[in-house]
Amino acid sequence: MNELIDLALDAATRAGVSYADVRVSERLTEALTVKNGALQAASTNLSSGFGVRVLVDGSWGFAASALLDPGEVERVAREAVAIARASGLGRGRPVTLDDSPPVVGTYRTPLTEDPFSVPLDEKLRILFEADAAMARVKGISVREGSIECARERKTFASSDGARVEQEIVEAGAGIEATATNATDAQVRSYPNSAGGQHVTGGFEAVRAMDLPAHGERVATEAVQLLDAPDCPSGEMTLIIDSSQVALQVHESCGHPIELDRVLGMEASFAGTSFLTLDKLDTLQYGSEIVNIDADATAPGGLGTFGYDDEGVPAQNVPIVSAGRFVGYLTSRETAPVIGRRSMGSARASGWNVIPLIRMTNVNLRPGDAGSLDDLIADTDDGLLISTNKSWSIDDRRLNFQFGTQVGWRIRHGKLAEMVRNPTYTGITPQFWGSCDAICGPQEWTLWGVPNCGKGEPMQTHRVGHGASPARFRKVRVGVGRW
Amino acid sequence: MVIGREARVDAHEVLDAALSRVDKEAEALYLARDAALTRFANSQIHQNVSEHDASLRIRVVDGGRSGVASTNRLDPEGIADVVRRATALCERAAEHPDPTPLPGANGGVDSRLGWVQTTADADPEVRAAGAAAVIEAGRRAGLSVAGAFSTDATVMAVANTNGLRSRHATTGARLLTVMTGTDRASGYAQAISPDIGAIDAAAVGAEAAEKAVRSVDPVVVEPGAYDVVLEEYAVQTVLEYLSLAGFSALAVEEHRSFMELGRQIMGSNVRIWDDGGDPSGMPAAIDFEGVPKRRVDLVTDGVATGVVHDSATARRAGTSSTGHALPQPNTFGPIAWNLFMAPGDTPRDDLVRGLERGILVTRFHYVNIVHPRQGVLTGMTKDGTFLVEKGRIVAPVRNLRFTETIPEAFGRIDAIGRETRLVGAEYTGINARVPALLIRDFTFTGATAAESAGGGG
Repeated sequence: MNELIDLALDAATRAGVSYADVRVSERLTEALTVKNGALQAASTNLSSGFGVRVLVDGSWGFAASALLDPGEVERVAREAVAIARASGLGRGRPVTLDDSPPVVGTYRTPLTEDPFSVPLDEKLRILFEADAAMARVKGISVREGSIECARERKTFASSDGARVEQEIVEAGAGIEATATNATDAQVRSYPNSAGGQHVTGGFEAVRAMDLPAHGERVATEAVQLLDAPDCPSGEMTLIIDSSQVALQVHESCGHPIELDRVLGMEASFAGTSFLTLDKLDTLQYGSEIVNIDADATAPGGLGTFGYDDEGVPAQNVPIVSAGRFVGYLTSRETAPVIGRRSMGSARASGWNVIPLIRMTNVNLRPGDAGSLDDLIADTDDGLLISTNKSWSIDDRRLNFQFGTQVGWRIRHGKLAEMVRNPTYTGITPQFWGSCDAICGPQEWTLWGVPNCGKGEPMQTHRVGHGASPARFRKVRVGVGRW
Repeated sequence: MVIGREARVDAHEVLDAALSRVDKEAEALYLARDAALTRFANSQIHQNVSEHDASLRIRVVDGGRSGVASTNRLDPEGIADVVRRATALCERAAEHPDPTPLPGANGGVDSRLGWVQTTADADPEVRAAGAAAVIEAGRRAGLSVAGAFSTDATVMAVANTNGLRSRHATTGARLLTVMTGTDRASGYAQAISPDIGAIDAAAVGAEAAEKAVRSVDPVVVEPGAYDVVLEEYAVQTVLEYLSLAGFSALAVEEHRSFMELGRQIMGSNVRIWDDGGDPSGMPAAIDFEGVPKRRVDLVTDGVATGVVHDSATARRAGTSSTGHALPQPNTFGPIAWNLFMAPGDTPRDDLVRGLERGILVTRFHYVNIVHPRQGVLTGMTKDGTFLVEKGRIVAPVRNLRFTETIPEAFGRIDAIGRETRLVGAEYTGINARVPALLIRDFTFTGATAAESAGGGG
């Protein structure tokens, strides 16, 4: 492997590049899905290949191939250089990289139980037991459970002398029950929607979820939702559960702090950001209890690694401090624009695509509001909502609207009736400015988002968000009627 | 390019090599793709990439048991390994009580519908020239230009132990741009075709620039119900999410679709269908099971008349597959992604004249499904939203959020454009050839007017 990497770097260097890097990776995944009491799908996927990225006269070129042989490596390196020269036809400001020192190192995801060593029978036992638990509830039309594991081995090397080897292991699982009647369909999931919870780590994370223990509750709530009243409309005090706060952070903080987006590089796809350069260190993003970090070192996070895909070591940097906006996610190309060195968030979803600025684990720090029960007890009149169902945000990450699977009214400090189809909407800084309570560390969960999309061609990547339940005042809920 | 690779790796040789190693029933799917994309932002090329990949996916079936494995190592060792992994999974898998057999022999399909050699041969200089033409159009208007010019060439081949043999080669080219200027000016245009020669980069640039120049300094409009004209870009996005929410037989089977077959669910002037064989779209001859695609009339004169099937949903429904399978088995079900909506008889430019007071929407952004059973969608307007009074555009408008029950809204279509346009999806690959629409009482539930509040140092 090292010979092929050296060959690619040599070929690019001979062609006159000012910088080159090579990534070789192999990603093995396994996915199991049990649906309505039957094994619906059992699959494994192996994808390997390499990509060569070069800078020629200040312009980027990138080419990638699945064929790992010397002839192809040389061809791809030459193709990357030819593409970079074509980029020069439409070049403006030449690209310059920061002065991050080249690093030589290795990283392996810490784990207890290798998910690929767990017998298939054991994984299926968990899924079938969870399915049976959901099946005990009458009125469920679709039951589904899944377990996914992944192992990625990758090597990065650059013409600067960096060389990094990593092995990242991921595990995830979840269940979902759908109840239907003549006019409606309602869904409940555990531990989260969109395939459940995902972490970097071993199969111990899946065991800890204890899917079977939650099957009956999930199914019961789905059936109850069919007859629940609709979410009320108007301005209310809103308590958002940990998993939905995580997605709120993802959309309204994680994406707008991507510095390439701020600089207009994503304008043609999902848009730009309201967090323009003049807002750094000046904007009051949220209330003073809001503290957000980007932490690629957080144990178990889906955005946890040893080095990013430019060879920069994983770091934990502040993003929002006492409500003030203080940091961006950066890469070696973009960090110099704000006079900083990359904080290590350039990530590629695979061997075949370039690294973009991606979230690592963008975490809302826990607050001092105690447990969720404490927070509910402290709320006279409001709404508790849980588990994401839909999401949408504008192209500057300001105007958002989310829907969740379930809500409960809060009256006089106690949970009251369940409501269905909860939605809420707001404007990002106003919304975070209305945050007046965040639960403590005992309620804090580091959630994995395995389906974050960005870039053209679109890269679906894996990121993390830690959050505790939080309370927001005067939020518009019950948006749209149907 | 793929064709060059095919000289080294023949699709059916790979499939046969894999199937010959299996002692049970099996399906083999070969997918090879060359893709290149030149991306520009701030009026300069900033990303420029190319990739080649080819993969083999094996599904081994033994009665109710099945196992799937895939790889992109296509040497003999890689093929042997993927067969071994699929077989091992199959042997250890739990028995499915109601399995669907592999599709039967089809006499062989070998299609190049939608293959254009010049697209497959496009080099980075061609894409750079297209990008430069768009950038120049924006520069002349004083705008900052972003966008992407992409080309791809794909070969998909499927074979199974029942004797099915299918192969389809396609190409695609897509150019899109977003142009922005001072005072929130923003414009958009795109073009998509199997033939890169059909993409007029200068015209794409001119269209976006014209929109951006007209959208300077937008005014605030309160949310509420407005008569709207949705341009083709917006209509495609609505159809794309209707497809995801409910055009699939599995969604109907599981009672989570707005499609109530046989019932009037939209206005009688609405006809929507899926047709992978129509060369005026982005053709696709076969699905991922190798089954030839058939036209499916989804909504006919407002009545829900059909949904798309794969082998599994078709068997359970007592019909035959329409050729809309994703790689099997899966929990998502079949998907309609070659959509068409019938044009009307109103000249496109006359639609706006039909608005006494309303909103012209160029496109929607970040649409998502709020309630699939009802067909409720939400999303934002983007890149050219205008207030119309007495049939004339009077001002650009700050972006609005809509939350709307689309089947009901499609019951209030007052006029349909005479012309149609092929529009590529932003995220999903669900392309659609659609007209512009005039819809009464379209519901906007939010605005970005307050965006500047809440900040400040």
